[in-house]
Amino acid sequence: MMKFSGKPVYSGIVMGNVAVLRDSREQVRRHRVEDVESEIARVQTAIQKTAEQLAELYEKAQKEGGESSAAIVEVQQMMLEDEDYLDAVYHIIRTETVNGEYAVSVTGDNFARMFEDMEDEYMRGRAADVRDISGRLARNLAGQEDADFACMEPSIIVAEDLSPSQTVQMDKEKILAFVTVHGSTNSHTAILARMMNIPALIGVPMNLEEIRTGMKAVVDGAAGEVIFEPTDDQCREAEEKIKAAQDKFRLLQELKGKENVTSDGRKINIYANIGSAGDVGYVLENDAGGIGLFRSEFLYLGREDFPTEEEQFQAYRQVVQTMGEKKVIIRTLDIGADKQADYFNLGKEENPAMGYRAIRICLKEPEIFKTQLRALLRAAVYGNLSVMYPMIISAEEVMRIHDIAEEVEQELKKAGVPYRVPEQGIMIETPAAVMVSDELAELVDFFSIGTNDLTQYTLAIDRQNQRLEDFYNPHHKAILRMIKMVVDNAHKCGKWVGICGELGADLTLTEEFVDMGVDELSVAPPMVLKVREKVRAM
Amino acid sequence: MKNFEYVIKDSVGIHARPAGMLVKEAKKYESRIVIGANGKSAEATKLMAVMGLGVKCGQTVTVTVEGADEDAACEGIRAFLESSL
Repeated sequence: MMKFSGKPVYSGIVMGNVAVLRDSREQVRRHRVEDVESEIARVQTAIQKTAEQLAELYEKAQKEGGESSAAIVEVQQMMLEDEDYLDAVYHIIRTETVNGEYAVSVTGDNFARMFEDMEDEYMRGRAADVRDISGRLARNLAGQEDADFACMEPSIIVAEDLSPSQTVQMDKEKILAFVTVHGSTNSHTAILARMMNIPALIGVPMNLEEIRTGMKAVVDGAAGEVIFEPTDDQCREAEEKIKAAQDKFRLLQELKGKENVTSDGRKINIYANIGSAGDVGYVLENDAGGIGLFRSEFLYLGREDFPTEEEQFQAYRQVVQTMGEKKVIIRTLDIGADKQADYFNLGKEENPAMGYRAIRICLKEPEIFKTQLRALLRAAVYGNLSVMYPMIISAEEVMRIHDIAEEVEQELKKAGVPYRVPEQGIMIETPAAVMVSDELAELVDFFSIGTNDLTQYTLAIDRQNQRLEDFYNPHHKAILRMIKMVVDNAHKCGKWVGICGELGADLTLTEEFVDMGVDELSVAPPMVLKVREKVRAM
Repeated sequence: MKNFEYVIKDSVGIHARPAGMLVKEAKKYESRIVIGANGKSAEATKLMAVMGLGVKCGQTVTVTVEGADEDAACEGIRAFLESSL
């Protein structure tokens, strides 16, 4: 039994098996072997296993319609059969009498370097495939079962830290909880945990060397604890807590179909935040009135090139069609800062949160922006779609956006492509936007207050910096006064205001927001019924 | 021994997937099949070596075939190149 405390980012309790996610570049140890031929036989068995995993991955990628990811797996399958590659591995084992893991890792590095040295950019990109396949083969050799998400049972994910591109690629059905050594309560792992209604613990002082994939564990978000290999008593206790949580969950379900209305008749819309087209199920399941924030980054992250207009159009259309008459507010791309995609070539910045990101990229590189806008205007024909622009600081920016949107509209009209100009709003997430919200209100259809960034910019506190969490007060008077100011300025112009940051789901503030006259709260899907319960009790 | 030349028409050159298909095609034959380009050469049955040639669109490759079934191999590879690259 091993018990650790961490900082909970989402409550809830689960019991299940652990999957340790290790850094794929983890150091491979070199050691001598006596029997070279049996070492080679061991490699051959691991190759067999790797080929099976790839075949499974290929099938999964094809089934999910991921043409490009299926093609990547196919290339890897062929690389695994490459004679030169395999000969090199066997040659190292024979001549240096060393272990297979080491031989595979050295060979992988050599071949990857060959690709990295090539002129052609496409070929240079193949280096990652060679490393990926070598890493998988080495892990299979070492008997580490954590190689694969595709072949995995639903598990508690244990890792040093998780990057947004890692979490984007995960199959959500297979995640029971997150437990990480690093991370902060506002990181993307945390946001994902809230979305999925699963417990997550960060800052857990565990040693990953001591934790194995397949170990049993209990994660208790409310207590901020994780127990690896729990005792029978601890299991019984966890089972009781799980049952109590399920009972509470069932009570909440009775609020489905009911209005978000206070006892004195005031109403507020409760929408949901989502991060990918696949999350729409969570929205409907939790009876949200609409989608208040659809983060479009998922289309851009975890891939090697820009998504095409058609790809985007299909994704947006699918979501608005599924939502029917309900509002779907899609935020244009918010890449930069902590969300990086290599092909954007953003370069390193001293201070990325205040750097080249979101609407700034869109205004500097209008072609990227126009592709997304075309897809959005086309998808708007199929449902109640609204567009929202992030990181605005001035009225001039909004006017430039309108000019670009106008251009896109004219191009579509000329080409005879069906489109509809949707409702357009902006995120209020910089102190500058708050201060000029009176001017901005005249230019847009609605505001949505992004409290995470607004808080970080107002308090000058980096949301990813764990050491600052003691200074971080999300209920700081400055923030609440800003929200009030934005609401008042919007209402003076007859525009509506929502809140889509984490603060929107803060049940201790729900009453204050209703009193201020906030029109809509957009929260993680599992919070919709909890906020409704709070509103109805007012 | 037989040989022929072919100019690559695929816009991205011999990239990973067609290289893999070429390897599969080459493995059907007993003959040794060598692809030459850019002053380098690679056996057509070896994927990463073929990719390593870095053949781009518009470049000429020389295919050399030697072995018992060299006539069939020559035709097979030529047909593959014409249809896929």
